Amino acid sequence: MITLFAALAILSSTPAAENLAIRAEILHTQEGAPIKNGVVLIEDGKIKAVGTAEQVTIPTGTRVLRAAVATPGLIDARSTLGLTGIYNQQGHDQDQQDNGGAVQPELRAMDAYNPREALISYVRSYGITTVNTGHAAGSLMSGQTFVVKLHGRTPDADSVKSPSFVLATLGPGSLGRGPGTRAKQLSELRDVFRGAQRAAKAGTAKGQKADALQLVITKKIPLLVTAYTAQDIASALRLKKEFGFDMVLDGGAEATTMAAELRAAKVPVFIHPLMQRPNGEAQNLSYETPAKLNELGIAFAFTSGYEGYVPKVRVVLMEAAVAVANGLADADALNGLTLGAAKLLGIEKRTGSLAVGKDADLALFDGDPFEYTSHCTATVIDGKVVWEGKR
Amino acid sequence: MLFALAAGLCLLAPQTEPVTVYENAVIYPVSGPKIERGVLVIRGNKIESVGAAGAVTIPADAKRVDLNGKVLIPGLVDTHSHVGGGDGADESSPIQPDAKVWEGIDVQNPDFIRAAAGGLTTINIMPGSGHLMSGQTLYAKNRKARTVEDLFILGENGWIYGGLKMANGTNPIGTPPFPGTRSKSAALIRQKFQEAKDYQKKWKDWEAKKEGESPDRDPGLDAMVEALEGKRIVQHHTHRADDILAVLRLKQEFGLKVVLQHVSEGILVADEIAKTNTPCSIIVLDAPGGKLEAVNYSSETGRVLERQGVNVAIHTDDGITESRLFLRSAAYAVRGGMTESGALRALTLSGAEMLGLEKRVGSLEPGKDADFVVLSGSPFATRTRVLQTFVEGALRFDFNDPKMRVYAVGGPGAGHAVEPYLCCKGGN
Repeated sequence: MITLFAALAILSSTPAAENLAIRAEILHTQEGAPIKNGVVLIEDGKIKAVGTAEQVTIPTGTRVLRAAVATPGLIDARSTLGLTGIYNQQGHDQDQQDNGGAVQPELRAMDAYNPREALISYVRSYGITTVNTGHAAGSLMSGQTFVVKLHGRTPDADSVKSPSFVLATLGPGSLGRGPGTRAKQLSELRDVFRGAQRAAKAGTAKGQKADALQLVITKKIPLLVTAYTAQDIASALRLKKEFGFDMVLDGGAEATTMAAELRAAKVPVFIHPLMQRPNGEAQNLSYETPAKLNELGIAFAFTSGYEGYVPKVRVVLMEAAVAVANGLADADALNGLTLGAAKLLGIEKRTGSLAVGKDADLALFDGDPFEYTSHCTATVIDGKVVWEGKR
Repeated sequence: MLFALAAGLCLLAPQTEPVTVYENAVIYPVSGPKIERGVLVIRGNKIESVGAAGAVTIPADAKRVDLNGKVLIPGLVDTHSHVGGGDGADESSPIQPDAKVWEGIDVQNPDFIRAAAGGLTTINIMPGSGHLMSGQTLYAKNRKARTVEDLFILGENGWIYGGLKMANGTNPIGTPPFPGTRSKSAALIRQKFQEAKDYQKKWKDWEAKKEGESPDRDPGLDAMVEALEGKRIVQHHTHRADDILAVLRLKQEFGLKVVLQHVSEGILVADEIAKTNTPCSIIVLDAPGGKLEAVNYSSETGRVLERQGVNVAIHTDDGITESRLFLRSAAYAVRGGMTESGALRALTLSGAEMLGLEKRVGSLEPGKDADFVVLSGSPFATRTRVLQTFVEGALRFDFNDPKMRVYAVGGPGAGHAVEPYLCCKGGN
């Protein structure tokens, strides 16, 4: 019976991943201390064994990839990748923001994600294997995100979790597109969620918009709120208290000044790209925010965010490197790029660490991944080598 | 013999100037090989000597600073930046050589202290690229400034050092009077340089005879004549291979001194760039795209041009990349295959050459301005910090001073140059 299923898998449209072994001088499994001279054995896209070279025998004939350092495939917790393309041409490859209404929680990320976008293979060459991507933080409720593996096949085949979040944006990011003041932003969101609550109670929730809002008020998925300043973070927490939904904070330039409140409300942070420019609502951003959040016991993950110009995408590994250069321990930075991020996205059973049975997602490096002068030498997704070279 | 004489003169410099000796440092002079246990002697605002411990005479009156094995590099030279919010040309026409960027610079902008936190001591502040010619640039010394004049580097007869900003490709294209095509861009700029040549001749003819009334002065054309004479270097924004070639054509036709700026598709015409001996100031980005001309951006531009023997500098284009991360830009070029020594030169001496300031800045050599940076470790390591930045001998940035540290790492107050009425600064 099992054999039959395996045969069917081979016959399906996706080519079966080859059996593969990874040998690394330092293997970061994120399931314990790093392993010296570690081996990961991969079969049918899953991890079959993890251990030292002495513990894990590589069957003869298995293709072996060697690296100085190997880590779980890297995760970008918040991006617009695949919705925003390399050419930056409106009407062609910019699907991150629809201005047809300020409140459009029904806009699905999967419907706008272009798996063949050039920037996807670009970031993949830095070891990024999984991205939570979707609409930009450009209106009060701009849409949804979904979690996708960067195979570049179809959004449906590559999806890990869809939808993963419904989006909301407070403060200057969404002012002017709909509500014109902060008070009005809050007032409109209250109307939206009160309406959703009433419809749920009355059993009258109908339509795509209502469906999306139900996911949030019934706590099936969290609301991802983009807010940068302490003031806007406080507003987000007020909404959470009023409606009781789950929430993750995105951006969070001044999150450390709201640490006590975030911790009390159990709201984790998807930290803005560290190399975002310190302008406007982000003027007080700090390279030390990840280190401080970590000290303060607030869970966080790294993001590449949204870029409107040059460069058109950020590489989440490089954003984490800036945090490492500013007081964050390597292990904590790696956690924010792997298992920690997977937990905050609710995908930790599939990816984020190297453990038997999990998806074989790995990033290989010729040195310390956080050194600017190191290179990613291979990226593996579901046991498939999607990048080999020297990036 | 001349050198010995010059050295002798140095020793006779006025004794009132304070002398500071930085000892026990790993020194990258850039003009010469790395010195493992090096000594740097600063007299006033100039470098008096640099060399290995024991090989350098330490003046008796010197204040001595033990750097405990820290790293010393020259102050960094950024060949293309927009710090300080300066602008040049307005929307009235595509060619405005009369517009001076420094007349719009706000020296209170925290960009400047952030740049110092990145080790930047000399900055070519440019007007934008939305014009064929957007004005005169300023080669600024990143001194602590109260007025914009405090940033000036002055040459003979009070000449304010700066370049001429030009651009081609998509950015200057628009509706009339702006060009609508690349051909029109080339035609308009050729016509203007011809006008400048005519103006130059009119003045030369008059100067020769001094008969009758002098011709009228045109400050814009004066700046262009300086470019024709090679005194004012043309700093030319250009991305695409064909646009790069268009600049090389213009350079040849009018005998201009040109620095190619950005050079995103430089690797496609590296031969032509090398053959015409045209220096390149490149941008180093984390990813391609964002505009059509940057789609083919390559992280290997530095490597390829360096291998072709082209003089390569790296710039921030601050706002596009961040001055505080300037060393990172060069490290990233090394990631793309550039040599470490080439990448460090690209942040210092090569940049100085592209601004015509190589006699004053860009390396640690006797007689040059005392612009230098103290690093906690190797220049291109992720965890290395800029600890101190000195401009002309004066401490401009100190990581250990909390008031300055905030501009290096960010946090409450970092968005303001002067301490504001910030509620709860530093609160939990």
